[in-house]
Amino acid sequence: MLKKRIIPCLDIKDGRTVKGVNFEGLVDAGSSVELAKRYAEEGADELVFLDITATIEKRKTLADLVELIAKEINIPFTVGGGINSLEEAAVLIRKGADKVSLNSSAVKRPELIQEIASQFGSQCVVVAIDTKCVNGDWKVFVSGGRIETELKTVEWAKTVEQLGAGEILLTSMNSDGTKNGFEKSILKEIVQELNIPVIASGGAGSKEHFKEVFEETNVSAALAASVFHFGEISIPDLKKYLKTNNIPIRTTP
Amino acid sequence: MITIVKYNAGNVTSVKNAIERLGFECIVTDNIEELQKADKVIFPGVGEASSAMAYLKEKGLDEVIKNLKQPFLGICLGMQLMCDYSEEGDVECLGIFKTKVKKFPPLDLVPQMGWNSIVQNGKENENEDVYFVHSYYAEVCEETTATCSYILNFSAALQKDNFYGVQFHPEKSGKIGEEILRKFLNI
Repeated sequence: MLKKRIIPCLDIKDGRTVKGVNFEGLVDAGSSVELAKRYAEEGADELVFLDITATIEKRKTLADLVELIAKEINIPFTVGGGINSLEEAAVLIRKGADKVSLNSSAVKRPELIQEIASQFGSQCVVVAIDTKCVNGDWKVFVSGGRIETELKTVEWAKTVEQLGAGEILLTSMNSDGTKNGFEKSILKEIVQELNIPVIASGGAGSKEHFKEVFEETNVSAALAASVFHFGEISIPDLKKYLKTNNIPIRTTP
Repeated sequence: MITIVKYNAGNVTSVKNAIERLGFECIVTDNIEELQKADKVIFPGVGEASSAMAYLKEKGLDEVIKNLKQPFLGICLGMQLMCDYSEEGDVECLGIFKTKVKKFPPLDLVPQMGWNSIVQNGKENENEDVYFVHSYYAEVCEETTATCSYILNFSAALQKDNFYGVQFHPEKSGKIGEEILRKFLNI
């Protein structure tokens, strides 16, 4: 049976992990490679690296980091943040990233999805959507959630699927950082409308939240950052809990 | 020397990294002589079947591959190209495995993307999930050595003589995947 995926997300700045990381035994808590390896060993099903470095001269740092990660990590990983062209995506994929994630750049120029998908396949292209409910309508936000667009979330998700996106990473800004649980209403709606996998993001605060999102929506994966980084939820514990609650989940001996 | 076939549909970086993590050296080449004298050959693949076959034919690699005698491992599209035929681009393939490659009927999300269990000798390998990403599958046949279930039952692994094929990505399947690769590299 195909399993639901648990995906830790690592924010990267200037080639290093940001946010404090509360892991015992890590020699260098800022080392993205070391943290990624740790997650892979603990049973993470995939990893997402989001580069929050804005400047162009730092992009090379990201490519170098991707090369290092690819050498060390034996599970699939996605890289996102500021990828604006086919060339930039191609560099990261050739260095060993399994998927690239597009956000604002896809809103600005939707053809970018098509360009990457036709060269490397849809399975390589994740479109990240930041969404917030405004006056009863779920709208798409860009630029790290700072700018509201005219796009309605479900419509935009359908568009990116048609353009060749292989997966949607949906972050609810209403719940992001609250630790009150994933925003199930919009996830439910998106999953119903699409034929590609949807990754739930934003709001994970407890093991129960993961169970609820898998039970109540048909998402393929759930992503979280701080609850893993700060050790509030350990991946082996979470997976054991989900399995006990009959969620199809990958466990290792 | 472990040799990876270089062609227009490779996820060569990941496979090369995985082999090196296991402590083996490898080269990536489409040079016919180098392929023929390799100890082991790995045939990766992420891409489209008909354009990949066209490329192999143009380089004369199709005949070379079929006649190799050393252990040979096809991964994902590489495995599919080792079958008789693929619906993807309606193309005749290498004909090593006597089976057809078909597109998943749209009864669930396509591609299958993620970790799934495989069944070997009638037994489901628990705690040994492997990572799949594919929209096409090889029908179960005599050479099938493991099956997987997604939408339907299909070939997760095949073997005929020195030829091995896996639909999943051992190079992305954590420790289990590493064990599978190590076994192949130690044949």
